[in-house]
Amino acid sequence: MITVKINGVNRQFTGDPNMPILWFVRDELGLTGSKFGCGMGLCGACTVHVEGQAVRGCITPMSAAADRAVTTIEGLDGEGNHPVQRAWRAHNVPQCGYCQSGQIMQAASLLNQNPDPSEQEIIDGMAGNICRCGTYQRIYAAVKTAATEV
Amino acid sequence: MTTIRNVSRRDFLKRTGAAGALVLGAQLAPLSFTQSVMAAAGEPNAAAQPNLFVGIDPDGTVTITSIRVEMGQGVRTGIPMILADEMEADWNRVKLWQAPGDPEKYDPAGKDKQNTDGSRSTRHHLDLMRQFGAAARQVLEQAAARKWGVDAAEVYAQGHRLHHSPTGRSLGFGEVVEEAKGIQVDPKQAKLKDPSNWIYIGKDLPGIDNYDMTTGGANYGADVTMPGMRIAVIARSPVFRGKAQSFDASEALKVPGVEKVVEIPALADDKAPEFRALGGIAVLGSNTWAVMEGRKKLKIDWEAGPNAVHTSKTFDAALMKSAKGGGAVIRNRGDVEGALENAAKVVESDYFVPYFIHTPMEPPAAIVDANSRPVQVWAATQSPNQARQYVAEAIGVDIKDVECNTTLLGGGFGRKSKPDFACEAAILSKMTGTPVRVQWTREDEIQNGYYHAASAHAMKAGLDADGKCVAWHHCGSWPSILGLWNPAQKTGFGIEYGLGLIDTPYNEVKNLRIENGEADIHTRVGWYRSVNNIQHAFATNGFVHELATAGGRDFLDLMLEMIGDAQVMDLTKDGVEEYWNYGDSVDDWPIMPKRLSNALRRVAEKSGYGKELPNGHGLGLAVHRAFHSYVAAAVHVVVRNDGSIHVPQVDMAIDCGRYVNPEGVRKQLEGAVIYGHSVAMHGKITTTDGAVDQSNFHDYPITRMTDAPLNIRVHVLEDFVDLKPCGAGEPGVPPYAPALVNAIFNATGKRITRLPISEQMSA
Repeated sequence: MITVKINGVNRQFTGDPNMPILWFVRDELGLTGSKFGCGMGLCGACTVHVEGQAVRGCITPMSAAADRAVTTIEGLDGEGNHPVQRAWRAHNVPQCGYCQSGQIMQAASLLNQNPDPSEQEIIDGMAGNICRCGTYQRIYAAVKTAATEV
Repeated sequence: MTTIRNVSRRDFLKRTGAAGALVLGAQLAPLSFTQSVMAAAGEPNAAAQPNLFVGIDPDGTVTITSIRVEMGQGVRTGIPMILADEMEADWNRVKLWQAPGDPEKYDPAGKDKQNTDGSRSTRHHLDLMRQFGAAARQVLEQAAARKWGVDAAEVYAQGHRLHHSPTGRSLGFGEVVEEAKGIQVDPKQAKLKDPSNWIYIGKDLPGIDNYDMTTGGANYGADVTMPGMRIAVIARSPVFRGKAQSFDASEALKVPGVEKVVEIPALADDKAPEFRALGGIAVLGSNTWAVMEGRKKLKIDWEAGPNAVHTSKTFDAALMKSAKGGGAVIRNRGDVEGALENAAKVVESDYFVPYFIHTPMEPPAAIVDANSRPVQVWAATQSPNQARQYVAEAIGVDIKDVECNTTLLGGGFGRKSKPDFACEAAILSKMTGTPVRVQWTREDEIQNGYYHAASAHAMKAGLDADGKCVAWHHCGSWPSILGLWNPAQKTGFGIEYGLGLIDTPYNEVKNLRIENGEADIHTRVGWYRSVNNIQHAFATNGFVHELATAGGRDFLDLMLEMIGDAQVMDLTKDGVEEYWNYGDSVDDWPIMPKRLSNALRRVAEKSGYGKELPNGHGLGLAVHRAFHSYVAAAVHVVVRNDGSIHVPQVDMAIDCGRYVNPEGVRKQLEGAVIYGHSVAMHGKITTTDGAVDQSNFHDYPITRMTDAPLNIRVHVLEDFVDLKPCGAGEPGVPPYAPALVNAIFNATGKRITRLPISEQMSA
């Protein structure tokens, strides 16, 4: 049995330890903010934090989360007002919105580790997250704005 | 598990305050708009089935019915804001309710039975939603007059309140709910606001779902659950219309969580694909991971069938041979052959654009309970009514017994107007007795999709001694979308011809002939954001630049000369008897070359066209008219020594006529540039022995922030805002790729006539 803390709550998991975190939070906990996009860690729609660090939920097994703290988009901020979330709304970033949970989790992790990223560090830091609607220009601007607040 | 229940019309009333609420609606027949808005409260007369657009709570909350599906194009903001404006509702007190598939109620324009597609939501609903909003406002004004015992002419709505002019009294919208009952105002007779008093139309509003989309609260296709449901993934034939000869599920069934493996029969030989289920071997179970793992362990013996001949190498060559050999003449003016014979210079070039696949970030997903009545469908679909239609056929029930609700769509791009995935869920639900959610994986989406047609274009033109184009000949060949209905189809048809081929932007040529060659169809060819406009804009704009180079002309000068400044282009003069015109009348939406040349002049000016650029830099131009909008692109490119490409600036000018949310238009054009960049740089689906070679984002790359243009400047033309609304979702895509290849030519002298670009660039 695996114990994992999800958004501050201890959860027990008795299934296949190879099951990726994404499917535990989505199918078993009903936390559907983390999205399935590719299943290979190529698009970033499933991005969650393990101990504050962004990982791809679709390829990170439950065994890697054992006894650790996992944060999903639902747990990033109780009111949904993390500086990154506010910056996203201020720049009117979302189009379809599907990739944005992952984009936001990636950006929050990036700024957590590097509160004052250069332009190239933002681009490189967000390179793993695809947005098919093409909101990159606004994502880039929102990360810059959020960087002034974290 | 979170369970999202079906939200019925009754729930709508509950949400809007149950018995105390005022619900405004109208009874409408498709294609007509004659009956009045009715005010009702509590349980509406079920027999009347009122078409609900507005509800008002006693606390003043206004609930507007969103009649179009949101897939990122901003329609859940754009259409309701029209209604809110006319009724003087405070946008901050507006909530939305998403209409289910029921065109008798929710297709007031009577144009497309609620298929959100074709960049047409605003152009078909601006006038209607104004009328509904105005009617709602007048109902409230009359209600306030009744409460005060005054003449309604003395009452006006403003700022979510009703005001009595002579006395200065006012009431909130929610305070007149009781008095509003039974008041009727015919929307057709409703008095519209003067546009100078618009509070939202023409102003920037942010997306209404932004909070949900930034907090994980937005619901998409795979986020809907039903009690007792099973999740399914399906192994489909790698080759279109291949069949499972036999399969062995024993290993799959050993995977914990896998409960059942069943076969969906292959599409019958006498059935056209349309939006029907392809068939395959389905693995069902309690969680998504388990069924995906189980599917890997299936052993299936596929019989490929006749489409095994579909190999890109030979297929692409056949397309080009067809284009070069000529085809049916679909537009003709003057004497092209004679003009070519007498031309000072003849230029020929071949263009090729490969298959693409949509790759919305959300792969298709739908959940169906086929064993309830009515059948319940929740799907990430652009077309809930067609989902009902095809689900009904798939499980043998009447369409009236199928309800379809839509979620938000994690991107659509045309893929999700084809509800085959809902059919699969319905079939499995009927077979297994429980609700079933079908989840497509990325591999499924890329390998079993509806492909944007590969196409070949043989271009030939004659120039006179001054470099003026005197003859233009374009023959295009591609597998037709019509193959979805008629698998033996060999040529294109009117809709494809009308996607920038016969209505080419480069119309000012004395002798002009456009032809369509034949092509076989070996896969599901379907529409994709901007559809055939992509290849038509690519071939024509690239070729015009080749002509400018050959004739020693300035690119901009030649483009403007060939577009011209005519008020209206009349295709009937060139033998085009039936011009599709995006399904609209040419009287209402004529082709207006002057608007295109204006957009081009604007983008040339804004981009600084003509200025000296450093070595390795180039600025490229392109134009296109699509979905009635006129778009010009100026792409600034830097080609590095290693052949890699950087795009430091893009200028896009769009004349989309009357617009509702300029912020929405800008976002669509920004997105179209990125979409166009993916198409231009990376877009390529190929097949070998009938099977798609690509499978996920490693071999079907999509533009990422590392290669994305991040300085996109959108110029929304104001000159024509009194004209009818056009489209904004798709028209930005087509001019991008040709502007980029023209820029690369200007930077390096390298002429690119095939997509994608990235594989052709090296040190």
